[in-house]
Amino acid sequence: MEKKEILKSGEFLVREVEAKDVFIPEEFNEEQLMIAQTCKDFLAAEVYPNLAQTEKSDREAMKSLLKKSGELGLMGISIPEEYGGFGQSFVSQMLVAETTGAGYSFSVAYMAHCGIGTLPIMYYGNEDQRQQYVTKLATGEYIGAYALTEPGAGSDANSGKTNAKPTEDGKHYILNGQKMWITNAGFADTFVVFAKIENDRVLSAFIVESNWPGVVVGPDEHKMGIKGSSTCQIYFNDVKVPAENLLGKRGEGFRIALSILHMGRLKLGANVIGAAKKAVNDSVKYANERKQFGLLISTFGAIKYKLAQQVIRLLAHESTVYRVSSDIDAYMAKVKNEMPDYGRAAIEAISHYAVEAALLKVYGSEMLDFIADEAVQIHGGMGYSAEMDVERGYRDSRINRIFEGTNEINRILVVDTAMKRALKGDFDLFPLAEKLYEEIDAVSDGAVAGEDYFAQKKRYTRNFKKIMLLLMHSASKHYAKNLVNEQEVLNNIAEMMMEVYSSESLALRIEKMQMMGRDINIYKDVLDVNMYDTAELVRKMAYDAIYSFAEGDQALKLVKAADTLTTVEGVNVKDARRRIADKLIEDNEYKF
Amino acid sequence: MKILVCISNVPDTTTKIKFLEGNNKLDTAGIQWVINPWDELSLTRALELKDDASTGVKSVTVAHVGSAASEPTIRKALAIGADDAIRVNMDATDAYNVATQLAEVLKKEQFDIVLCGIESSDYNGSLVGGMLSEMLGMPSVSAVSGINIANGEVVLTREIDGGKEVVTVPSPFVAVVQKGIAKEPRIAAMRGIMMARTKPIKICEPVECENLTEIVTFEKPEPRAKCRFVDAENPKQLVELLMNEAKVI
Repeated sequence: MEKKEILKSGEFLVREVEAKDVFIPEEFNEEQLMIAQTCKDFLAAEVYPNLAQTEKSDREAMKSLLKKSGELGLMGISIPEEYGGFGQSFVSQMLVAETTGAGYSFSVAYMAHCGIGTLPIMYYGNEDQRQQYVTKLATGEYIGAYALTEPGAGSDANSGKTNAKPTEDGKHYILNGQKMWITNAGFADTFVVFAKIENDRVLSAFIVESNWPGVVVGPDEHKMGIKGSSTCQIYFNDVKVPAENLLGKRGEGFRIALSILHMGRLKLGANVIGAAKKAVNDSVKYANERKQFGLLISTFGAIKYKLAQQVIRLLAHESTVYRVSSDIDAYMAKVKNEMPDYGRAAIEAISHYAVEAALLKVYGSEMLDFIADEAVQIHGGMGYSAEMDVERGYRDSRINRIFEGTNEINRILVVDTAMKRALKGDFDLFPLAEKLYEEIDAVSDGAVAGEDYFAQKKRYTRNFKKIMLLLMHSASKHYAKNLVNEQEVLNNIAEMMMEVYSSESLALRIEKMQMMGRDINIYKDVLDVNMYDTAELVRKMAYDAIYSFAEGDQALKLVKAADTLTTVEGVNVKDARRRIADKLIEDNEYKF
Repeated sequence: MKILVCISNVPDTTTKIKFLEGNNKLDTAGIQWVINPWDELSLTRALELKDDASTGVKSVTVAHVGSAASEPTIRKALAIGADDAIRVNMDATDAYNVATQLAEVLKKEQFDIVLCGIESSDYNGSLVGGMLSEMLGMPSVSAVSGINIANGEVVLTREIDGGKEVVTVPSPFVAVVQKGIAKEPRIAAMRGIMMARTKPIKICEPVECENLTEIVTFEKPEPRAKCRFVDAENPKQLVELLMNEAKVI
């Protein structure tokens, strides 16, 4: 079998892959589709009929839903069979995350349990801990939660004050402290709690059971959205934690926390697809029913524009999510040969893709916010009514830009991590960037006569990457070690990276669909508009960054390069968007 | 006791139906195929009976007449909980032909209870169950909305005008099943999905049989006419429109 080429994390900045090496959603197998159907059936049969109840922050109703999903086996997707799960691939895990993403608060409670509530023990726990806890969490017998954030320690997680003091006999730790914003806290059986042992500088992690003396769970927070998920403060008052419940090694907590956040960000990237598809479906169904001036509002250009924009951003993000997921599966298979322990190998592979994790989290959450907002707008006054799903979706969407690391932190991470990986030698970013800078006077858009459709799109993304590299080089030279403090410039570069990666993934997906013999006409419209918009955004971000630090001749050269490298062919975006919207309107649901 | 559930492969009920040129064939492009809802409910009830040890039901088999393309639907039935499956390898084109093929299956293998959905949600023929029982010389009970087994006796509930009828029937028999037989279709659990891979699907080649019907053309219902408003003060115009235009009075 021909070997599939897998890029390392961040390597997409300097290397291209062929469409044949990219996994696309059109390749889901029968079993994966059946698993997704089970998730959809579960939402339809159990979650949607109980929305009124769960929205009242009814802890018992949400707990009952979680237990039922456990009975169906949905809590064991990521867990190996020997611990009571079903050992599914990362692609399948992401498909489940996507599908359950349409479940409003349930989705948050479910994802928190299956991800941050369970996987730290699966990935970092020893055999006894896995047997004792993971086997119960995988079936829903236990509900799990993750307690990292404190009143004074949010994005700066390592500044937490929760303390664990070993007892003299060494058999226990005495845990004291306070945690907040803990999802599932109201009914969780176990918490993964982060605390510093004695005067350590770094965190350690512990498995704490909720019924142990001294664990006090506060009332549910009143939140803007995801009202059905239980979010509380937890107080630990001299809680006696057995020494064997230390998770991983002493001082390994910060690493565990960060690794689990990478995993959470990837899963969030998939989760928002489900919520976005629900919002798009609600939007088009309403537009196909609502009449004004004697016409369905779906016949109006302004509404078609919104529907098309929803589809374009969703399709681009979806392409990115499954491209990365499959790369993680491939990387995981490789790591497993070197690391015999499944859990450690899995988290090693997931953490490796830290750049893409942050990128998916930011792009995905903002894609969903955009779609949820336009869904309300398409509904007009009805969109503001609490009777409509789009109103709930709009409120629920907002948290995605905040949790799993704010988008501000993650934007910085996208660039910072990629540059650190390059400096570490994972890929040749800086030599290539330097060479590009040396040849800046000769920069050209590389257009050739008669190039075919996908060759042209590849040239565009190659050019977008070039301007990005030129900026990374010149900004690094200008600011040196202070670049990390120039967050506005890092944001400009992060924005470019996200747009380019998603455009490239979209192009590769559509090229592969063509290779599979699919009719891609409408998808070409999606790609045309997407590339046209990306070029504009890349140019704007490049300008903003250039004028932030460059002056005189350097600024002129960089601006000229930005202009050249973001030149794309004109597109009749009005007609293209209309055609995209017309397919959505005809299907009356998202069937791309 | 062994139960056979006959299942059809039908377009998802939300499908926008389109026909190919000539209007005598369904355009299957982009269609998502599912188990016929009545058959799915029959299967759910059969599995409920099997789950209850007191019924003595030992196995639930599904039978389907269709090409290999319909195997995802069969595997869904296996994932839901059927023990095994039989597929007669031909495209289902006519109720008589389908009933003949299923009858052949039943001549070779003994089942105590045969469940057929009252109709399929695509052609709505309501023919196969009755034909099948006739071909096999088995008793047939129509419009069954409930099935229970107590002390080895099968008790069926039938929907009749203005009420219900409870009947007992000797096995083997064919029950033509309608909604109400089970509350909601069973959702395929992860374990079932994983096990479906390994459950057997027996492929039978079809016997010679000619279709008794041929589809000449399909027609979609006319789009609803535009709503017309008549002034409340003008009942005469309303009557005139109903008489001369709508021709309903």
